[in-house]
Amino acid sequence: MLDEGGAAVPAPPALELRNIDKRFGAVHANRAVSFAAARGSIHGLIGENGAGKSTLMNIVYGFHRADDGEILVDGRRVDIGSPQDAIAAGIGMVHQHFMLVENFTVLENVVLGVEGGALLRGGLDRARGELEKLARDYGLEVPLDTVVAELPVGLQQRVEILKALYRRAEILILDEPTAVLTPQEAEQLFRMLRLLRDQGKTVVLVTHKLREIMAVTDRVTVMRQGAVVGEVATGTTSPRELAEKMVGRAVLLRVEKGPARPGETLLSVRDLEVRDRFDVARVRGVSFELRAGEIVGVAGVSGNGQSELLEALAGIRMPSRGGIILGGRDLVREQLDPRRRRALGLAHVPEDRLRMGVVTGFSAEDNTILGYHDRAAYNRGLLLNRPAIHAECEREMAAHDVRPALPGLRIAAFSGGNQQKLVLAREIDVDPRVLLIGQPTRGVDIGAIEFIHKKLIALRDAGKALLIVSVELEEILGLADRILVMNAGEIVGEVARADATEEKLGLMMAGVKGEGHA
Amino acid sequence: MENYTLVVLTLAATIRVATPLVLAAIAGMFSERAGVIALGLEGMMLGAAFAAAAVSAVSGSAWLGLGAGMAASVALALLIGFATVTHRGNQVIAAMAINIMIAGLGPTLGLAWFGLGGQTPQLEGAGQRFTALAWPGVEAARAHPFPGLLYAELLSGQNLIVYLAALLVPLSAWVLYRTRFGLRLRAVGENPLAVDTAGISVTGLRYQALAICGALAGVAGTYLSTAASAGFSRDMTAGKGYLALAALIFGKWKPYPTLGACLLFAFTDAVAAQLQGRSLPFVGVVPVQFIIALPYVLTVLLLAGFVGKAVAPAAIGVPYSKEK
Repeated sequence: MLDEGGAAVPAPPALELRNIDKRFGAVHANRAVSFAAARGSIHGLIGENGAGKSTLMNIVYGFHRADDGEILVDGRRVDIGSPQDAIAAGIGMVHQHFMLVENFTVLENVVLGVEGGALLRGGLDRARGELEKLARDYGLEVPLDTVVAELPVGLQQRVEILKALYRRAEILILDEPTAVLTPQEAEQLFRMLRLLRDQGKTVVLVTHKLREIMAVTDRVTVMRQGAVVGEVATGTTSPRELAEKMVGRAVLLRVEKGPARPGETLLSVRDLEVRDRFDVARVRGVSFELRAGEIVGVAGVSGNGQSELLEALAGIRMPSRGGIILGGRDLVREQLDPRRRRALGLAHVPEDRLRMGVVTGFSAEDNTILGYHDRAAYNRGLLLNRPAIHAECEREMAAHDVRPALPGLRIAAFSGGNQQKLVLAREIDVDPRVLLIGQPTRGVDIGAIEFIHKKLIALRDAGKALLIVSVELEEILGLADRILVMNAGEIVGEVARADATEEKLGLMMAGVKGEGHA
Repeated sequence: MENYTLVVLTLAATIRVATPLVLAAIAGMFSERAGVIALGLEGMMLGAAFAAAAVSAVSGSAWLGLGAGMAASVALALLIGFATVTHRGNQVIAAMAINIMIAGLGPTLGLAWFGLGGQTPQLEGAGQRFTALAWPGVEAARAHPFPGLLYAELLSGQNLIVYLAALLVPLSAWVLYRTRFGLRLRAVGENPLAVDTAGISVTGLRYQALAICGALAGVAGTYLSTAASAGFSRDMTAGKGYLALAALIFGKWKPYPTLGACLLFAFTDAVAAQLQGRSLPFVGVVPVQFIIALPYVLTVLLLAGFVGKAVAPAAIGVPYSKEK
């Protein structure tokens, strides 16, 4: 598999995988995967969650060992059994969750593992010189003596890239690198990647975002259910074609919806302030209103107070100041807990499904009644009404196309998309007036995204008020009628959907106030 | 003059009480900085105290006793490692199991071997204990109480292990902050995944840290039975392992502040000893129970109040696994 460039001399690919096969118990994570990335190119690897991308890259980086198949670097077979081997073969990886020691300085993080001697001093001095040179060559300036925890995520990612380059990586694998970045930061990252490519490095970009593949890659490999289903030059394909390859059928990338018809105000939030356990204000004086028949989206880079806002609204955290008015009652002054709020018609689909949305050790049907277990329909005297619970779960599974439709199966055995459908089904089943939804489609496959988005719009059209918090800007743009942008705990601006563009929202997410821009 | 002597003697007592605390707390620092809770210090010290006294009693050599104490303690530390690092067991349960096992095993073996009701024979022979080393000119110095008494009672007149403990603090600070091993050790307690992806063995590092922890806790235990007293007796650690852990937390897992915490705890203990039976102005005679409780009351107050913001190594107590 050689990249036919203009040159006549065929060079072996920088990284080639042949028939990689990997099973985890009953799960066949990689099925005879073959993959090749040419030297000096940016190669995309795209697929849905669970398609086997991460497993494949973890095999390349020595985290897992393949059951079968071989890895070639520059045409030579290499045996990679540990990250150490991968580093020695010139492979560097930037993980989705940064592998940084938060209370170390940038310099200490970079040298960890390649200190260059039993004593630190000499190694640190040498590293400093080399890093300054790398920073100049690639435009990767980072303050070397700053503690990593104090750096913004964009710079932390830069530290990860520096780590790889300092270890003389020729092949750089990035796993979902833009998940934590603003659109502008992502653009900056892409510029950096192009620069690296032009200097002869090979970049493998693992992502589920079609837009990024189109924006920055030269070629793209598509995976589905553990197997490669196609490889094309990016210039000759389209997002729609890639999406169909990923899912295996035609999909709607953007859900159709009519204009909103907002009615009366159902929820109003006044000057809300939420402090964390270190007494730092995470939500600072937030006010907004939520009306019947509209979807309000909260956009922002992860960690800017959206989670705390959502938890305060749902009753999981008590705000230190301000009011939350629902149906004429102030939920803050009355100190209502989540259960009483639910009784007033406020439903909540939490951001972190596995931590707060479901009990992973429970069956699907037990998860169906979480938080509603005291309702008369589910009880018979002191005991749970098992048949009723089972029937209810079956009904919800049918209504929401949950597969497999087995109420007795452990929730952990369902895919992310099906888990999310069950959580959503549980929360809308009680016919709430206001729905708070955090990251509606995090870890959810494209097919299920389509279903969930349609469902949310149907709820809006039925006159519910929806507040959606998402770090996926595309999702906010696709669903919301009105968009609030949060930065550092404040709402820095409100934009009607019709006036919103990715650039405008991106600037606001970075903290540029929005009022003057409209 | 009498008060001056009293102060010097109190300080000397502080040093003697602080020594096992410092050794154990620094031992705990290596373990906890690597991400393994050092709750097993109590058992390691007690095991070492027994092994050291038993071997010294039989062989007649305090040095062989020290070797046996350290070996026993390292073995216990590695056992905890086997349960928690290799098999990813719960660290608290593994450590407590060791503590409880040793509390019973020492006296049981003692009874079987020596038939002295669970104790080891009194160490009376020359060379069976670590005794005070007199520095040159001590007698002459006593003639000039200030500063002669400080020299005679504080600098001189301590046993070898006390000096060892004093050297250990700067040495461990140097290891922790100036060496490759120290950097990796601090990293593995904060983010073991980062260490693994950097190509370093998390398991290997944690075992090394536990071995160091065991060796130092072994010295601490040996001190109790062959230096501070002359033989092993049941439960002779009396919670010093836990107190050392408290000092480590109060010292925010840093060598010098931990030393300070150990000295503070030891000082309260020494003052409490001086207060027994004395009549204080305004208060009168303080009940002995209160005095004995004083160091522990202080510990609770300090831990509850002053170190509220102490940040433990992030990965402490969490067994490492790649799969998450």
